[in-house]
Amino acid sequence: MENTVKQLVEKYGNDRSRLMDILIDIQETTGYINSEAIEEIAQLLAMSRIDVEQTITFYHFFSTKPKGKYAVYLNTSPVAYMFGREAVKETFEKELGIKFGDVTKDGLVGLYDTPCIGMNDQEPAAIINHKIFTRLTPYRVREIVKLMKEGKNMDELRNESYGDGKNHLPSLRSMVSSNIRRKGMILSDDYQSGTVIRDFLPKMSPESVIAEIKHSHIRGRGGAGFPTGLKWEFCRRAKGSKHYVVCNADEGEPGTFKDRVILTEKPELVFEGMALAGYAIGGDEGILYLRYEYRYLNNYLLEVLQNMRDNNLLGKNISGIEGFDFDIRIQFGAGSYVCGEETALLESLEGKRGEPRDKPPFPVEKGYLGQPTIVNNVETFATAVRIVQNGGEWFTQFGTEDSTGTKILSISGDCMFPGVYEVNWGFNVEDMLNMVGAYEVQAVQVGGPSGTLIGPEEFHRTLGYSDLSTGGSMIIFNKQRNLLRDVVVNFMEFFIDESCGSCSTCRNMTQVLNNKLKKILVGKGVPKDLIDLKSWSKNLIASRCGLGQTAANPIISSLKNFPHLYSALIQKDKQFDEGFDMEKAIQASCTYVGRVPNLNHH
Amino acid sequence: MSKPVIATTSLAGCFGCHMSLLDIDERILKLIELVEFNKSPIDDIKTFTKAVDIGLIEGGCCNSENVEVLKSFRKNCKILVSVGECAIMGGLPALRNGIPIEECLHEAYIGGPTVQLNTEGVMPNDDELPMLLDRVYPCHEIVKIDYFLPGCPPRADLIWEAVVALVTGDPLKLPYEVVKFD
Repeated sequence: MENTVKQLVEKYGNDRSRLMDILIDIQETTGYINSEAIEEIAQLLAMSRIDVEQTITFYHFFSTKPKGKYAVYLNTSPVAYMFGREAVKETFEKELGIKFGDVTKDGLVGLYDTPCIGMNDQEPAAIINHKIFTRLTPYRVREIVKLMKEGKNMDELRNESYGDGKNHLPSLRSMVSSNIRRKGMILSDDYQSGTVIRDFLPKMSPESVIAEIKHSHIRGRGGAGFPTGLKWEFCRRAKGSKHYVVCNADEGEPGTFKDRVILTEKPELVFEGMALAGYAIGGDEGILYLRYEYRYLNNYLLEVLQNMRDNNLLGKNISGIEGFDFDIRIQFGAGSYVCGEETALLESLEGKRGEPRDKPPFPVEKGYLGQPTIVNNVETFATAVRIVQNGGEWFTQFGTEDSTGTKILSISGDCMFPGVYEVNWGFNVEDMLNMVGAYEVQAVQVGGPSGTLIGPEEFHRTLGYSDLSTGGSMIIFNKQRNLLRDVVVNFMEFFIDESCGSCSTCRNMTQVLNNKLKKILVGKGVPKDLIDLKSWSKNLIASRCGLGQTAANPIISSLKNFPHLYSALIQKDKQFDEGFDMEKAIQASCTYVGRVPNLNHH
Repeated sequence: MSKPVIATTSLAGCFGCHMSLLDIDERILKLIELVEFNKSPIDDIKTFTKAVDIGLIEGGCCNSENVEVLKSFRKNCKILVSVGECAIMGGLPALRNGIPIEECLHEAYIGGPTVQLNTEGVMPNDDELPMLLDRVYPCHEIVKIDYFLPGCPPRADLIWEAVVALVTGDPLKLPYEVVKFD
């Protein structure tokens, strides 16, 4: 063990900021990170033990106890439940004789819950030893358990056909489907990889690249919508010993999976976009921060990167431009939603807990390792290539005035054709629902849990930064679904789990609000509770990052757009209902100390 | 007109909020002019002897006695105020909320490293003792609470300003330095 740890730490140049890679390697080779390994890492990197431990415990794919030879992570997103997760879960538990959260006695299989793994269009889905298993059924689970008990390898476990698109490639061999339903400038097949780097960049200055991006009015595709050209310009102007390009592929917003599809079908476009950005801001290093859920893409993406190096699209003096050096490495996360927030992502990149930083300074001034850094979404980089190829002016003809270009939507839930759709901004929700074959729609969750839940009265609204802003996640719920119980509570618990815990508002208020919501769901709510939900949730604005600030959105938007669901559950004639049951509350302690509860006594 | 009446109590708290109340320094003389105290550790009146206008609650509820006291405050006070982190959120005592009560009791009376004299593993089970709740509850989950004063403890100025505002009916001054969550 010691030897392995030493070799690993050396492999990453005894560099503290590569702690994530070191931990991932140990987790993957030994199935967990034991106490000796932690001690060893701490010594070799001259860190305190607690610093190593706090990184380990922050990410849910790291473990200090054995996770099982086969570690099964079953997705908990609402759509997984809608399409039969409960039966799948029960079958796993029955066949293995353990509950979720446990490992079988022989250490063979561990069962775990995990938030959205980016497979919402093919649920219920699970990750087993970094491989994705989609569309699980009880029958299929029995099959998998049988094979695991026989000790089969991962290829034998996945005896199904490969998914569509490039998923059949030897370096991927994945049963995931890309489900591309509508193509636009990014997903179309009419772009020859490397065209912009080879034919355009030699004739363009970095400033003119930025000018084209600015002229296109493209805004960040991750959800926040900051003007990309401006970001690049700020970064280019910022002083630093080195400038970095970071691609945010942490896509953790439940219901979104378009980055997975872009990285499967058009990775060259994304990497070319990163190189282009490097040229524009004057940086020679790019990092793709990829969520661990997409670990299965690793070999494939490494192969793509090598191909690009072989073709002089990455490396030294790219495309013959003297001094244009740029290369990309992949940095994996280890399971944390908040790492999608750009400063939390940077912390994670540096091997630390993914806690958002205070802003300012913004990453364009002090980002990765304190140097000027741009952090952009996968889709933004891909789009930038098409902008430079065709010009900023060309780009503005797509979409609307304040939301130019196209947007790739991840559509899932109750519809006939879930998958990714590249549409022009300005598309309206009604059209979208018709396009995907949705029926008897009760509600659409636009932009994931941190977005809004809208009902039919608002289906005329359009997708764009000035109306319904979205990072791309669209989840459709039909009239049979129980929105409060199955969606709102699920999303609130997601935020509770994923809060980094730094701000007291986000750490506590999410719990308080969720408790109130649950009280209402069991029929103990009173009118005042609804007022409290609304007014208390405002405190969340004091949180440091977007996660905390939007963590009450599932409640706020459902209260606003579906008030009847709440009022139907409220006891209108009561001023106050504690929902507190003293007899129940004292039962456990009385039983344990061996005494008969006597409430009249006091 | 008789003076408004105040009652106070410390449930599952550390009396720090009461200390903070005493931290109003010389304003305590003004306070006595403004109000009259009834049930409170400050004057050691043990039971309510008249109707009370304002009840200040420190601490959350960790046992059956806390619940009874809190309910009696609700019954006897027109306005109830949760004072401090423990009353509002459960505070430090609520750290046990993620741990089953059986484990807590075992750690406290049998398994803990400082337990030395309890060789027979006796559990406190006398009928006179309050019964522990399964978790520590914030006050507003037991009775209706009208106002919340955050802090651990809330600044003396905040308690002072809030009480004066309630008594006089004047608007509450809340400069941001006065409202703290820690």
